[in-house]
Amino acid sequence: MVAANSTAPLSITLRVWRQAGPNQPGQFVDYQSKDLSPNMSFLEMLDVVNDQLTAKGEEPIAFAHDCREGICGTCSCTINGKPHGPGKGVATCQVYMRSFRDGDVVTVEPFRAAAFPVIKDLITDRSAFDKIQQAGGYITARAGSAPDANAIPVPKPDADLAMDAATCIGCGACVAACKNASAMLFVAAKVSHLGLVPQGQAERDKRVLAMVSTMDELGFGNCTNQYECSAACPKLISHDFIARLNRDYFNASLRASFQPESQSTGGGAG
Amino acid sequence: MNPVGFFFRSSIGRKILMAVTGAILIGFVVGHLVGNLQIFSHPDKINGYAQFLHQLGPLLWVARIGLLVAVVIHIWAATVLTLENRRARGPVPYGFKHTIRATLASRTMRLTGYVVLAFIVYHLAHFTLGAAQSGTFKANLPKYTMAQDYAVAGFPVVKAGTQVDDVYSMVAHGFQSPAVAIFYIVAVGLLSFHLLHGFDSLFQTLGWRTHRWAGALRAAAVAFCLAYFAGNLAIPGAVLAGKVKPRAVAAATR
Amino acid sequence: MATLDSKVPAGPLADKWRKHKADIKLVNPANKRKYEVIVVGAGLAGSSAASSLADMGYKVKNFVFHDSPRRAHSIAAQGGINAAKNYQNDGDSVYRLFYDTIKGGDYRAREANVHRLAEVSVNIIDQCAAQGVPFAREYGGLLANRSFGGAQVSRTFYARGQTGQQLLLGAYSALMRTVGQGLVELHTQSEMLDLVIVGGQAKGIVVRNLVTGAIERHAADAVVLATGGYGNVFNLSTYARGSNTTAIWRAYKRGACFANPCYTQIHPTCIPVSGDYQSKLTLMSESLRNDGRIWVPKKKEDRLKNPAEIAEEDRDYFLERMYPSFGNLCPRDIASRAAKRVCDEGRGAGTSGLGVYLDFSDAIRRLGENGVRERYGNLFDIYHEITAESAYKTPMRIFPAVHYTMGGLWVDYNLMSNVPGLFVLGEANFSDHGANRLGASALMQGLADGYFVIPYTIGDYLATQKPGSRPSADGAEFKGAEENVRAMTKRFLDSKGKQPVSHFHKRLGKIMWEFCGMARTKDGLEKALQQIPALREEFWASVCVPGSAETMNQSLEQAGRVADFLELGELMCRDALTREESCGGHFREEHQYPDGECKRDDEKFAHAAAWEYQGAGKTPLRNVEPLNYEFVKMSVRNYK
Repeated sequence: MVAANSTAPLSITLRVWRQAGPNQPGQFVDYQSKDLSPNMSFLEMLDVVNDQLTAKGEEPIAFAHDCREGICGTCSCTINGKPHGPGKGVATCQVYMRSFRDGDVVTVEPFRAAAFPVIKDLITDRSAFDKIQQAGGYITARAGSAPDANAIPVPKPDADLAMDAATCIGCGACVAACKNASAMLFVAAKVSHLGLVPQGQAERDKRVLAMVSTMDELGFGNCTNQYECSAACPKLISHDFIARLNRDYFNASLRASFQPESQSTGGGAG
Repeated sequence: MNPVGFFFRSSIGRKILMAVTGAILIGFVVGHLVGNLQIFSHPDKINGYAQFLHQLGPLLWVARIGLLVAVVIHIWAATVLTLENRRARGPVPYGFKHTIRATLASRTMRLTGYVVLAFIVYHLAHFTLGAAQSGTFKANLPKYTMAQDYAVAGFPVVKAGTQVDDVYSMVAHGFQSPAVAIFYIVAVGLLSFHLLHGFDSLFQTLGWRTHRWAGALRAAAVAFCLAYFAGNLAIPGAVLAGKVKPRAVAAATR
Repeated sequence: MATLDSKVPAGPLADKWRKHKADIKLVNPANKRKYEVIVVGAGLAGSSAASSLADMGYKVKNFVFHDSPRRAHSIAAQGGINAAKNYQNDGDSVYRLFYDTIKGGDYRAREANVHRLAEVSVNIIDQCAAQGVPFAREYGGLLANRSFGGAQVSRTFYARGQTGQQLLLGAYSALMRTVGQGLVELHTQSEMLDLVIVGGQAKGIVVRNLVTGAIERHAADAVVLATGGYGNVFNLSTYARGSNTTAIWRAYKRGACFANPCYTQIHPTCIPVSGDYQSKLTLMSESLRNDGRIWVPKKKEDRLKNPAEIAEEDRDYFLERMYPSFGNLCPRDIASRAAKRVCDEGRGAGTSGLGVYLDFSDAIRRLGENGVRERYGNLFDIYHEITAESAYKTPMRIFPAVHYTMGGLWVDYNLMSNVPGLFVLGEANFSDHGANRLGASALMQGLADGYFVIPYTIGDYLATQKPGSRPSADGAEFKGAEENVRAMTKRFLDSKGKQPVSHFHKRLGKIMWEFCGMARTKDGLEKALQQIPALREEFWASVCVPGSAETMNQSLEQAGRVADFLELGELMCRDALTREESCGGHFREEHQYPDGECKRDDEKFAHAAAWEYQGAGKTPLRNVEPLNYEFVKMSVRNYK
């Protein structure tokens, strides 16, 4: 994404989605942003615009951001139709103004998905991801109950692949990029990460069934194998994990349907 | 939950139904094409083949009902998934629309699907029910007398001398109308395009696709769709080019 | 005057924690559900504490200002987590980790706490592996280790360059599990704005819902703060933009002592500042120092030359020269100061003169470009994103930046502050790192506090509270705290100034960096103590906070945080001024050896300074907790 290392300043027209609150009508508003250093980050450019708006007594543009180094997953704009803007494998906070040309009109919108309602301007509510996690995105291991870390060896290829999946920053770009606002890449990454390590086997079937069913309930769309998600993913998580999720789900649902289960209603001794 | 719940109510389950019914329908259209390509041989072949299929009786109906169920499930799943997908985008669409890498085939599945559905309806009306172009429907053409035995896997299933429907001539008559032939070509073209995404996609949905062989799979899908289209283009093409003619006409000009 | 009783148990160092666990009071399982605990923050310490307490049976409420607990800044830690596992059979032990940490902290940490940290470090790795954290593995399937600054053994566990992320996701997944099970009530986008004290004990908090603007009161039997560090007082730092001091600062103003606020860690390997607009400094993991060599030109006139054109003999590998036995892997404070020294000599690289080279050409020769890519690929990518330069081709330019604050609220051995019922975990407390933190120890402390310390020690306090004695959130103290918050909000919104909040934050940052940064002087600190109150006055007179209090309002959030920084900055300078010695991250130019190393004064300053708030406009009280080193001899830190 990095263009020639030019230092000539540039000016752009920002076309930003402004929406005062949830369920309120929104609209695009144009702002001129002038004399920008190409080494400035996109969010720093928004900071400058906001300071100018504040000085004029106007409300600054609300946008989500925090770590500004591409790892927390807070930042979330769609820039010129692509979540996290131009460039491959970066979050919005890692977009630099050198990716734009002098005179460009840059359209900035919130992530669009029914499951991510807009809170204000460019900020959406992504708590749906937390709910999917609550349904099963974990390996139950109470503190104090763990065996020695080297007691269960994990083959390096499995650990590496699990790590590939685990790099997900939970930003929601996959949902925003998907033509159907599907959360499959997110769920696939979680299910694969936890399903690839031996510690995650006990809850594997329960996990995939619960997470997929919660994902469905929350109003995300369905995967049509177009791979927009993995192209927009700031961590470039592969849609191979979606194939893996599909297979996991298929196997788990067969087992859940046909495997014998205990008839006992519980109750301990004594 | 029970299997019905898993496969008919969940997003992935319905996708799996799409993939499985899609695979069945791909199998059918391939078999159908291979059978029809016998038109390039002696009329005995395709007419004997048609007669053989009719002789299957109840088995034919099992296959037909199976295919019908596959089509219905495929369309039902597509409809439900599409409606959900629309809802999932939310009340406000993107102001700036952009596609990163979704293929045209994948983005036009609904459109190509409609055309294919219309085509199937016409195709059945044309060659199975005789509702379209009934004048040249097989039931209304003179019977054809088999010159030789028609054998399947070495077993003669239709004896020489049997009077059978003249499917060969019906097809040739049908495609002599350029409008019909062109509609047919466009429709199978769109069907091939539909399959271009469908073929690739079903491996992903069934969980068999990984980046290790995704390239080869894609190449196979493209080759398959091109071959399928070429095969389907050949039949009306040959009729339009005068290479295949109705039997009666052929006799008259000899 | 606050009483600072460290409650360190008697007995041999290695037995203290075991013995303490056996001695402290327990809450019986049926009673646990009658207690409610508020946990503020959901980084490593907060989410591990919340989930662990919930698993034990306590009712837990967790508050985060982020939109999800997973966003806490622990997620950004790159390099790794230390543990005395000795899996490499290279002579590591609990004692050695303890000793390295004490020494790394320049003998300003509490011995017993640090030893406990080293003890439980081994359990942390077990716990995280059981949660499915994808640590780096060797081909045999066993855990891999790397080495880190300040240690001569390989004891650092890691997950590529995203260790913090993976550990946080582990803790977050446990938190999500307990939320899903109904054991934890999760309040996201809720910022704690005041602590409620009832009868001298911490019994609740007041929060602002950042989405609706609603001010809420929450009562509990105990309050746990795990709200991270306050390095953003410098404006430019490696912290997330949202990281703030508000929770601990408001607790300070309610009586909790703030210990050693001046202990700030400056990380040596960050990407240098490029312009005024800059909002953030990006860290390049310390792990890079395993294979990268740090140098500057020997001659000033080579400063602007293309580094490739500077001959080997004209390069000064200053860390290797000054500290031959630790070389590029000496502790952070030492490496940072050495970089500052060579830049002050005018040999810094680049136009600003504020940068040193971190060169991988030797490593690339040794390991090949792919070998280097495998170890550090993502860091090289980050560097490329920001600077548009490839570190495979040309050396990185790096410069120190504020990275961590060792100071924080004072806590005893149970991690309870001087306010009964108020517990403080992780970076928010002051306890384990002394005057300097070693690399890969922050993650260790956060998880140690949350998984293995607070679950035991909170019982010691709760057992003294009658079940069901929790006050109502409608009490006078709660209403008073709410009024306090509302008044502050109103004051911001009524301010008729013209300047955005960021304007003041930047100016404060410049003052702090200049006078309370890597090197401090009496004169400078006195100057800062003049300038900061003046800036604060200007802030209140001319800040502009648009919008309303009844909706999401990021300007308002920011104003509250910067207002607190403007007060904290003054306290930091005051602390730095009174600590007439150099130790770890606190370097007073008046107190140094001829070679520029820190000169401690163990006679006068072998103590933690815990500041007690005395009211607005009044000089805070400096309380002292002496550090009695029973087991380790305080000596001059030597990494040569």
